[in-house]
Amino acid sequence: MKKNGVLSRLFVAVMFLFLYAPIFVLIVFSFNDSKSNAVWGGFTLDWYRELLGNRTVLSALQTTLEVSILATIIATVVGTAAAIGFSSMKRRPRNLCLTVNNIPLTNADIITGVSMMLLFVFAGQVLADFSGWLNAQEWAVNANLWFDFSFNLGFITLLIAHITFDIPYVIVSVLPKLHQLDPNLAEAAMDLGATRWTAFRKVVLPELMPGIVNGLLIAFTMSIDDFVISYFTAGSQASTLSMVVYSMVRRRVSPEINALSTLMFVAVLLLLVIINLRQARQDARRQAALRR
Amino acid sequence: MGKELIRLVDCCMSYDGEQVLDHINLYINDREFLTLLGPSGCGKTTTLRIIGGFTTPVSGEVLFDGRRMNDIPPHQRQVNTVFQRYALFPHLDVFENVAFGLRIPKVVEEERNGRTVRRKKKLPEKEIQERVLEMLEVVSLKGFEHRRITELSGGQQQRVAIARALVNRPKVLLLDEPLGALDLKLRKDMQIELKRIQQQVGITFIYVTHDQEEALTMSDTIVVMDKGTIQQIGTPEDIYNEPKNAFVADFIGESNIIDGVMVRDRVVKMYGREFACLDGGFAENEPVDVVIRPEDIDIVPPEEGQLVGTVTNVTFKGMQYDIIVDFKGFKWLIQTTDHSPEGRHIGVKIDPDGFHIMKKSQYSGMFGDYSSYSEEYEELSDADALDEEDDGEAARREDGYAE
Repeated sequence: MKKNGVLSRLFVAVMFLFLYAPIFVLIVFSFNDSKSNAVWGGFTLDWYRELLGNRTVLSALQTTLEVSILATIIATVVGTAAAIGFSSMKRRPRNLCLTVNNIPLTNADIITGVSMMLLFVFAGQVLADFSGWLNAQEWAVNANLWFDFSFNLGFITLLIAHITFDIPYVIVSVLPKLHQLDPNLAEAAMDLGATRWTAFRKVVLPELMPGIVNGLLIAFTMSIDDFVISYFTAGSQASTLSMVVYSMVRRRVSPEINALSTLMFVAVLLLLVIINLRQARQDARRQAALRR
Repeated sequence: MGKELIRLVDCCMSYDGEQVLDHINLYINDREFLTLLGPSGCGKTTTLRIIGGFTTPVSGEVLFDGRRMNDIPPHQRQVNTVFQRYALFPHLDVFENVAFGLRIPKVVEEERNGRTVRRKKKLPEKEIQERVLEMLEVVSLKGFEHRRITELSGGQQQRVAIARALVNRPKVLLLDEPLGALDLKLRKDMQIELKRIQQQVGITFIYVTHDQEEALTMSDTIVVMDKGTIQQIGTPEDIYNEPKNAFVADFIGESNIIDGVMVRDRVVKMYGREFACLDGGFAENEPVDVVIRPEDIDIVPPEEGQLVGTVTNVTFKGMQYDIIVDFKGFKWLIQTTDHSPEGRHIGVKIDPDGFHIMKKSQYSGMFGDYSSYSEEYEELSDADALDEEDDGEAARREDGYAE
């Protein structure tokens, strides 16, 4: 059976053209020495230079990195712990938990975003009311105390939202490693004199590490390029890179955006390449081990 | 063999309402090689896990040197385990696997200014080096220190697992079907090797297996278990020559088990004929199970035979022929070096010491008939039993760990 006919090759070529043509155009025009997005005016790095001088962009970059890094670290710890908890459950509750875990992965971002915004606004209101009630109490007035638990949408809510949508990705990448784990490994370590915690740290954790790192990288990628959920949960005080791109586009499509988008694309691409290379290497190693 | 080291008193265990161990009473001596032998689900692995501290019995006591150990966690027991699938640490090399136990700081009590002070103490690196290398030499793995675990063969991994357990100088080594994953030739070599190691280091080995031949080869004492109860405890010779009931007789070696009546001391009646035997101490005319080992039966011409039967099946086994003979509908297995063709009428003769008489038990009538005998049948049923055991015990282990 010959699979590589002219037609199928053409099909693949057209498919890739449609997929990557827009990004290709974007990258090319980010080096264009003209304000127009239609006319080629020569090669320049001006837009990148201008980008580095743009304070909005730089502060958004800082916010993005802060949120992504913090959210990824917290989600990795929480997600790993959750995966370990899942794997020691009995089958039925475990499957239930896994289904619940998988729903946010497939759920539309906009629903996650809107629902989180509603929750945050509601919680903020409840806490504000509670503070007001406390402040009206006689003992609080006498003691000259002033409570304010209220909060607005901002960096913290943005961070919470990112942690929330990162956790399922970590769980999904750690669980397969847990399945491969020999259930006797931890027992063997305890048998040799290790406490439960030492056994986990010295034996179980190193075995899970590849899965944990993969989960961490995927979560980081997701955080870096998320727009919809951030848009709804960041409020007016914090903005991420993708939000800045969006607001710049609303005014006018400037080549600066092309440069910014190109940089973001390259960053995410690099992360994805790293994840895939790691996975390929692990698979190869496992195959080699199995062949023995 | 030394004095008593471990004692289990009335140990019971159940998972999800299912009784796995039913009042186990057992003592194990210092420097003894003791084997827990039984089919899948008989409770042998559970017994081992109770001694190792991975499972706590529902009721009963576990005593080490007379001290109650029920709630002492595994890392505080002077016991080390070789697991069924070795459970070596894949991210460490051979040396670090063996050194694992030595690198964990031990709590030591010290006398200081008249007070006992507890503090954690690490072994010096030099001592760790020496002890690991010494142990690798014991298991014939010198020069393998820096190999990765995945680069080792099954037999070598097995040796690493043994070295890793023994380097901590435990009083007792537990082995959970350690040879199960090896091929036949290697298994035979390792049986001898294990026995040698046990004699060299001079500690107690508690060995779990479903392979009767392994048990007979290595053990000082065999504990035969079924359905969570101990069926018989004894030396390999005792267990083989004087099985207590039909289960033991059938599980250890091959046995023809025939319904009989003990007419009086030293006379047993079966097939309507009286036979001379060496057993006594039964009531007059008490119904009994008569065990005749296949190798204790002589084939003679029909006119000289005590019994006459028809050959229904002959299998060549290399060292001997396995011959199935039909005696009035009950089929016997006879092992002999002489060939008798299918369909021939033959007589058999059994010397008085060829009979072993057992009291009737719950197992009477379940074993010892070779009507369904064929090689394929045996292999199939064995493979099934193995699979079942794997599943059942894996699930149990999971549950146990979740606790």
